[in-house]
Amino acid sequence: MSNQQKHWEKTRSLLFITLAIWFVFSIGIFLFGAEMNEVTGPFGYPWTYWFTCQGSLGAFVILIFWFANRQEKIDEEFGFSEREDE
Amino acid sequence: MKGNFIDNLPKVYGIYTGGFIGFIIIMAIAEQMGMSAKAIGIAFVAFTVFIYALIGWLSRTAQADAYYVAGRQVPTVFNGMATAADWMSGASFVAMAGGIYFKGYGYMALLVGWTGGYVLVASLLAPYLRKFGCYTVPDFIGTRYGGNLARFSAVVVLTVASFTYVTAQINATGTIASVALDIPFQYAVYVGLISILLCSMLGGMRGVTWTQVAQYIVLIIAYLLPVFWISNKMGAGFFPHFMLADEVARIGELEQQFGFVKNAAADLKSVPKGLAGITKAHSAVNATPWAFISLALAMMMGTASLPHVMMRYFTTPSVKAARKSVGWSLFFIFLLYSSAPMLATLSKLSLIDPNLPTGIIGKTFAEVEAIDWYQNWNQANLMFISDFNGNGTLELNEFFMGGKAVVLATPEIAGLPYVISGLVAAGGMAAAMSTADGLILAIANAISHDVYYKIIDPKAETAKRLLVARVLLVVIGFAGATIAAMEIQGILGSVIWAFDFAMSGLFFPLVLGVWWKRANRQGAIAGMLGGLAAGTWYLVWVRTGGSGFLGITQLTFGIFGSAVSLVLMVVVSLMTTEPDKATQKMVDDVRVPSGKTILGKSH
Repeated sequence: MSNQQKHWEKTRSLLFITLAIWFVFSIGIFLFGAEMNEVTGPFGYPWTYWFTCQGSLGAFVILIFWFANRQEKIDEEFGFSEREDE
Repeated sequence: MKGNFIDNLPKVYGIYTGGFIGFIIIMAIAEQMGMSAKAIGIAFVAFTVFIYALIGWLSRTAQADAYYVAGRQVPTVFNGMATAADWMSGASFVAMAGGIYFKGYGYMALLVGWTGGYVLVASLLAPYLRKFGCYTVPDFIGTRYGGNLARFSAVVVLTVASFTYVTAQINATGTIASVALDIPFQYAVYVGLISILLCSMLGGMRGVTWTQVAQYIVLIIAYLLPVFWISNKMGAGFFPHFMLADEVARIGELEQQFGFVKNAAADLKSVPKGLAGITKAHSAVNATPWAFISLALAMMMGTASLPHVMMRYFTTPSVKAARKSVGWSLFFIFLLYSSAPMLATLSKLSLIDPNLPTGIIGKTFAEVEAIDWYQNWNQANLMFISDFNGNGTLELNEFFMGGKAVVLATPEIAGLPYVISGLVAAGGMAAAMSTADGLILAIANAISHDVYYKIIDPKAETAKRLLVARVLLVVIGFAGATIAAMEIQGILGSVIWAFDFAMSGLFFPLVLGVWWKRANRQGAIAGMLGGLAAGTWYLVWVRTGGSGFLGITQLTFGIFGSAVSLVLMVVVSLMTTEPDKATQKMVDDVRVPSGKTILGKSH
């Protein structure tokens, strides 16, 4: 397998992991919205309410930065990161 | 000097922010000395619009890559701010807290949808489109799939989606300008339009970028300052986001106590159009999982298909910067979105809690009608009370308010000085203007670059191309303003439709263009046109009394449109020949950050 194929394979698995986490916070937890809202969550808000106000939103911010760092590492590993002069 | 400007950005915008805060303080002092509320409103809107126009003039350019992609040198964090302003429209600023106030959980799917979409932008699209080196979104479609028909189809989808969106934004600038400047809406729409064009006409994307950063600073101060101030004034908590649990619980208690009494249809007829009462629980789950998830999903996929957002990531210096920049964009958006539910909570509690001095439920009608702010907002057609049961005291179901009032009126209700209301008007104006600029530019650039330059006259010189681009900008702006002046739909409805149109036609052609090598021209054209047609058909069908299926509503019709688009694209691609070697090589090159962009620096 060529260098580029390996790079793309790793990139693709990172995408699947990222999308899986995204799925949990954007869709997964809201399947159980009613049940989860009965429980008190962070700062005393009901769990589901907190997720819609802050939790999921914050998770997305962290997820994107995490994803960007991981992808940079993958690019470096296979020598595909950009040079400054390009 | 140019490089200098980029290096000095933190300083430039630091001074700007300081200057703006200074202006707020001067206005506050002027208010104490007797400056009228009306004069303060005019000063805020006029001063900020003047600054944007100045930035627009300073950013004027005659170069194609500066006009289309701001010279690709916008630093990560600043591009994040510009994207946040580009993204957060008049609807986010003025209508979102109101939506949460009235509809609660079911509406908050929009908060999740309008943020979660950025994960898709960062992981599926933005870095790859940046590597491609395109000027516009149809530029990517046209080069990846090849041929004028593919390019033109992308322009059609882009125009339908962005134009639906932009009329709502011009409408919002008109609403705010008409309130702040006290002129009729029909004229205010054009005042708004001229302000919008001042930012974008001379500098194109460069002008829009630097004004959007300035507009973000204004709008975020204008949104957060009142939230914190009100929270502290009410004694609800020093940092509202972490401290309003008791208030949320208290609203739930009051809802139990008052109950949601259903009004008779005859009684509701007397309520002015556009006003609503509190009929849904504040923090309880009041929507089925599918209703919530389908709306969130539609907004997320729509986010990843809207060209005015995507083209912001064409302006970063590198692929790496494009990725990081998506993170910063969402961070800056998060600051406002996470505050909207807090504002809704504070606003609702201050109105309905009889234990608070501002609470009006349980008071007599004579008492409420004597309150200054009630009279003001009743006159502005944003508040209304009526004694349906004739007992003389105001019940929860007898109080009606417009969605905009949550943002616009809460500072006054909580007893904040008028300077805050002026600030909020400037913030709303900034939010609507920045989005309108991004949208008009997206449409005008697509038509000037993709239709005029790439299809009609590929030999046109830069000066002529940019002239065409500017003429189109003005024409599209006026077309948008003319439709906005007719006041056909509400602000929020048309914004949501724009997402559905965009995802119907563009989501899969864009994503599969990068992630599926086998996708070819025929498939992409079928996907774009078929998806858009299917989505539009579904919308018309539901609007004209159709029952719909699978719980897909007129707000989520993009789910149907994009599903059709996906099926068509895969089936047609597989039935026709695979893309040639050169195209496959191009896709390989797009997938790695290093090396030259696919399209030249100036093309």
